[in-house]
Parts: sequence; structure tokens; C-alpha cells
Amino acid sequence: MKIALFVTCVNDTLFPETGRAVVTVLERLGHEVVFPAGQTCCGQMHLNSGYPERALAMVSAFTGVFEPYDVIVAPSGSCAATVREWHARLAARAGRDDLAARAAELAPRVHELSELLVDVLGVTDVGAAFPHRVAYHPTCHSLRTLRLGDRPLRLLREVRGLDLADLPDASECCGFGGTFALKNGDVSAAMCADKVAAVKSTGAEVLCAADNSCLMHVGGALARQRAGVRVAHLAEILAGTGEGSPA
Amino acid sequence: MSMPTYLGMPPFPDAAREAVADTRLRRNLARATGTIRERRAAAVAELADWDELRECAKQIKDHTLGHLGHYLRMLEERVTAAGGVVHWARDAAEANAIVTRLVRETGETEVVKVKSMATQEIGLNEALAEAGIAAVETDLAELIVQLGDDRPSHLLVPAIHRNRAEIREIFRRAMPSAPADLTDDPAALAEAARRHLRARFLAARVAVSGANFAVAETGTVLVVESEGNGRMCLTLPETLITVMGIEKVLPTARDLEVFLQVLPRSSTAERMNPYTSAWTGVTPGDGPRAFHLVLLDNGRTATLADAVGRQALRCIRCSACLNVCPVYARAGGHAYGSPYPGPIGAILSPQLRGLGSDVDASLPFASSLCGACYEVCPVAIDIPEVLVHLRGKAPKKPSERLAMGLAGAALASPRRLAAAQFAAGRSRRAVRRLRAPRAWTDTRDVPVPPAQSFRAWWKANRDRT
Ligand code: SF4
Repeated sequence: MKIALFVTCVNDTLFPETGRAVVTVLERLGHEVVFPAGQTCCGQMHLNSGYPERALAMVSAFTGVFEPYDVIVAPSGSCAATVREWHARLAARAGRDDLAARAAELAPRVHELSELLVDVLGVTDVGAAFPHRVAYHPTCHSLRTLRLGDRPLRLLREVRGLDLADLPDASECCGFGGTFALKNGDVSAAMCADKVAAVKSTGAEVLCAADNSCLMHVGGALARQRAGVRVAHLAEILAGTGEGSPA
Repeated sequence: MSMPTYLGMPPFPDAAREAVADTRLRRNLARATGTIRERRAAAVAELADWDELRECAKQIKDHTLGHLGHYLRMLEERVTAAGGVVHWARDAAEANAIVTRLVRETGETEVVKVKSMATQEIGLNEALAEAGIAAVETDLAELIVQLGDDRPSHLLVPAIHRNRAEIREIFRRAMPSAPADLTDDPAALAEAARRHLRARFLAARVAVSGANFAVAETGTVLVVESEGNGRMCLTLPETLITVMGIEKVLPTARDLEVFLQVLPRSSTAERMNPYTSAWTGVTPGDGPRAFHLVLLDNGRTATLADAVGRQALRCIRCSACLNVCPVYARAGGHAYGSPYPGPIGAILSPQLRGLGSDVDASLPFASSLCGACYEVCPVAIDIPEVLVHLRGKAPKKPSERLAMGLAGAALASPRRLAAAQFAAGRSRRAVRRLRAPRAWTDTRDVPVPPAQSFRAWWKANRDRT
């Protein structure tokens, strides 16, 4: 199957290893990955910060770039959620009915990674090995907007050698929330502290999620505390071969 | 459109900073919200048709809001026909003036109050005090707040920020009838409050209440509660004055079937609340002889005019959204600068009052948009959607506008994004030492930009064009 990768601006710029891991996993499963070079951002940051006009420009660009593809994957729960839940709504509100219709047509073809694997490709065993104790944080948009449910866990359970830990209060927000972490730094840090405590209580060596922005947040605090827990995107674990660092 | 007692509140992040550092508050809130959160989930899980009930509740409210004028006129007609008097108040000042005049006409200088959000919203107690009229709160938690000279911090349990030991101190200080050896045993505290209130109930000739619902077709007004103190206020005095937000009206009595199921389960996690009082005008020989219904706008029609924001008017004040909110649990209710705390307060206050003040302009940003509130809301208010909508309208600092403009420009074209990524990759160490905002670096390390962006890697390794 030919799959277009929407790597997302955050992964593209800060976490390219996640994009490379998606390529590794999908190619290992025998699929063709393409990277439409015109892509930039889904507009989430501008939308959530109160700049809908700027976000709308990105909706328009995204739609133009990805419209030609039948299957699109985004290794980020919140970016996939922005495309699926917001793009058409934003366009409609701005009176851009034509763009709204195109965005609505495109939306169901955009999948978060675990959705693509489980629902579209019908696999849970992607042939990975990752011999470490791992805790999975479901992240808010994956959990409540995309309703990923146990898809990521089903994928993780099939990974050789992986010891899956139960994260207490898993559904509670880590406190990132984009610019929330800056505008409400104190409350954000308090939320993060509780998430870090929950992660540490599991004895996990690796914290996994389907969204690098949340991992950057919790991971930044874990690193600051020299907690001895590192973070890894779901894609990187699924790309793992059990030898050295994945991807 | 004012909430007079909350003038000059600091922006949310400043108030929240203090609350986050208040260890006792954090503990009180974490315990209280954690318990009710689990109980609500269990109470809701009992109903196989919860999703349908929620959808019905939403649709009934939306239908009513879409024909609000019609149903309010019907309500006025039926209440009047049943011997009540209906008053219309455009804002807090008008509502306070009406209630003050009505109490004065009775010649009384003390009124007993049923717990009510609408009267908190308009600052009625303060307005009455200025007119020499004492308003006595009879809801236990509201009484604790009043005796403590405090502000409410939760819709349902306004004293949720207090623990038993603090309540005992407040009673000892401000309740003359409290026994000298009062302990912090809940039964002892309740008994002390009961004695204190009983004298008030028996002496009261005027009561002031809010309303949970009003049925347009019959002119019936309802209050639901747990303690029974409201029932005393609604039945013993000669005059009853009810202040009700105009969005509380429902078309028919059948609609109560839905709301009397979703409200208690969402609110107190009960299948049915212990007391539901309903009255239609006045009934000779039974209950108050005079009934006044004050219909309050105070920013509601302005809110109704906003196609996205108007869903906030569906709210039935159950407080489920507060109890699941991770921000509320850490910032506490006072930081929201209004009697409406938590997620609903963050979308309601800036709409009822406008975005003009520091605190109101900061409220749409007082959320990580985690969506836990929307998930539990029994009338399906998409609170994150309204927050995002209000963020678009909120005033922003020039420095922020500039930063977002630059980011927007970089993200507007793949070529510019690639150039920015290249520059960041070449100066990785510099970027690391760059002063990222303290709000982040205080507690979190900053990621170091990679030497090679994904698109650069793709171009070098996979690009076949
Ligand atoms: S917004 Fe919804 S959950 Fe929150 S108090 Fe109102 S009805 Fe309850």
C-alpha cells in the first residue's frame, strides 16, 4: 500500500527519529512510504493559541498537499485530531465552504499511527523487539478526541521482550497543553510532577506515548530530575529490533 | 453584566501560583475531587442509556435556547396566572434593586437563603447588606463560606477548599451557638449548624432562592438539593423571592424526566437527590403567600448571540467538569475570579462579563484542553471548543503576536521551514543555551534540535525525485 507520511512540524524539526521509525515500520511491513515535500504543519498551535486565521492558512495548505493521497499517517495523536476534528470546522466558520467540503472529504483518510496499523493494515504484531519495561501514557487527544482506546496497547503487547507496566491515573493530562505550559507554568508543572511520580512508581525504564509533544514535556521533567526513565514515541518502539537503539 | 464582588481580581496564572503552593488546599481538593470523580463514574455507568440521556438533555436545552423568548413569555404567563409576580432584570444591579425593594416592602431585615448560583453571580448578599438586610445562607457549605468571610470555590460544595479542622475553627469563631467543646467530627459539625439554622428558619418571614429548572408549560419552579434546608426556606416563610437565570427554563414537565436523572448522578453521584421541591405560584394555606420570580439576563442574551459560545448556557451547574479537571484540582476555585470556577467558569465568566478585565481575559487560557470536562458534561458542552473560540477573541500581548506571527511565517512554506530547521541544526549548542521561557526551564529540560531534520534526512536517503 502507498502511504503518505504527514510527519508533523514538531517531529520534522525536533524528533526526526520518530519519522524515520514510521518509515522503518511501514517498509518492514512491505508498504511504500511517500513524503509529500510541500507539507508543514496542521495548524494546531495557532488554532489552540487563539490565531484561527493563521491556522486556516495551514488548513488550506495541508488540504492541497494531502488531497491526492488515499491513506495518510501522522505519528501524533493531537495533529491527527486537529486535522480530523478541526480542519473542516475552521474552514466552515470562516465561510470557506469549498475548503470545508474538501477538508471534510480528506479527514477520514488521515490516521494516527496505531489506527493505521490496527484498523487499516490489520496488524498488531509488527515484528518488533524491545526488551525493556515500558509504561504507556495515553495522551489526552489520543484518548478523548481520537478515541484510540487500546490500539497502542495491543501493538505494544505484541512486541518481543517488552514488559508493559500499568500506569496509575493514566488518563490524567500531563499538563503540556501547548502554550498552556508557558502561560500557566505553575499549574502545568504541578500536573507534570504528578505524572512523573506516577511514571516512576511503575518502575518503567521507558515512557511511551503516541505524541512527542507530551513526551517532550514529561521527558523534560524526567531528564531534569535524572529520574532514570527515558521517553520513546510508539513508532520508535515498534521499529525496535532489540539491538542497540531503534531506527 | 457585572459580578460586583470580584472586581480587580488578578489574572488566573497569578492567583493559581499561590494556590499551587498552598499544600493544605492541594490536599483538600485532591481528596474531595478524587472521591466524587470515582463515584460519579460509577453512578453514570449504572445507566445503559446514559449517552441517549445526555443527547436528549443537550437537545432539549438547545431547542429551548433557540426559542427562549417564547418559553419565557409562557413561563411569565403561567406563573402570573398561578398567583406569582414575575420581574425582569437586565443585569445584576437591576436584579439586586428588585430583590432589595421586595424585601423592604415586607419590613423584614433578615432573609434566609437557599443555595443559589444566580444570587452569588449578582452579589445579592452584599447588595442586601448595604440596604441593612442580613442574608443568612442555609446550605451547610455556603454557611461555612459565609461565616468564614470567604468566597465559594466550587459550584456544589462552595467550601470544598476547607477541611474539617478549618470548619471547626470557623464555627467556633463566628457561630455564637457553637458549643465550646466542638470537635471536628462531621456529625458534631452538622449538629452545630443545625442548631444555628433552626432558629433562623423559625424566625424567617422572607426567603430568597435560585432555581434549577422552571417549567414554562405549567409555571412550576424547581429546586433540587441534598440537605432539606432549602425545603425549609421554600415552605416556612411568608414571602419567597426566586432569582433565576433566563436559561433555566424548560418547555414541559416531561423534560424533567431527563434532567432529574442526569443532574444528581453528575452532581452528587446519587441516583436521585434527597429533596426535590417544586411549586407553582402560590397555594392558599400551603407555603409562602407571596411568590416573586426574578428573571435574570446579566449577559445571557449576549452569550446567546454567539453561535459557538452559546452552548455554555446549556449548563445545569452539576459541577462534574470541576471534579474531573486537573487544572481546577491544582489551582482551586478562587483563581477563577467568579462564583463559577473550573472549566465551566472559564467559558461562562468571559462571556457573561466580557473579556475586558485581567482575570476574564486570562480564563480562556486556563486549560490544557485535555477534554476531561467535555467527556463528563451531562449536557455535552464542548468546553475545549468554546475555550479555543474565546482565545481567538481574547486580547493578546504584542510580543506574543509577534512570536506567533514569526512561527506562522516559518510554517507557511516548506522552504522557509527547512531554512529554519537548517539554522537550528547548525547552532544546536547555542539553541540549548538560548533562554527558553523560565516557565518551561524551571522544571523541565529543553530538547536539543537534531543536526538533521526529518525532511533533510528524507531528501538525502529516500527521495527518488
Ligand atoms: S458545564 Fe456541564 S459538567 Fe460543567 S457544571 Fe455545567 S453541566 Fe455540569
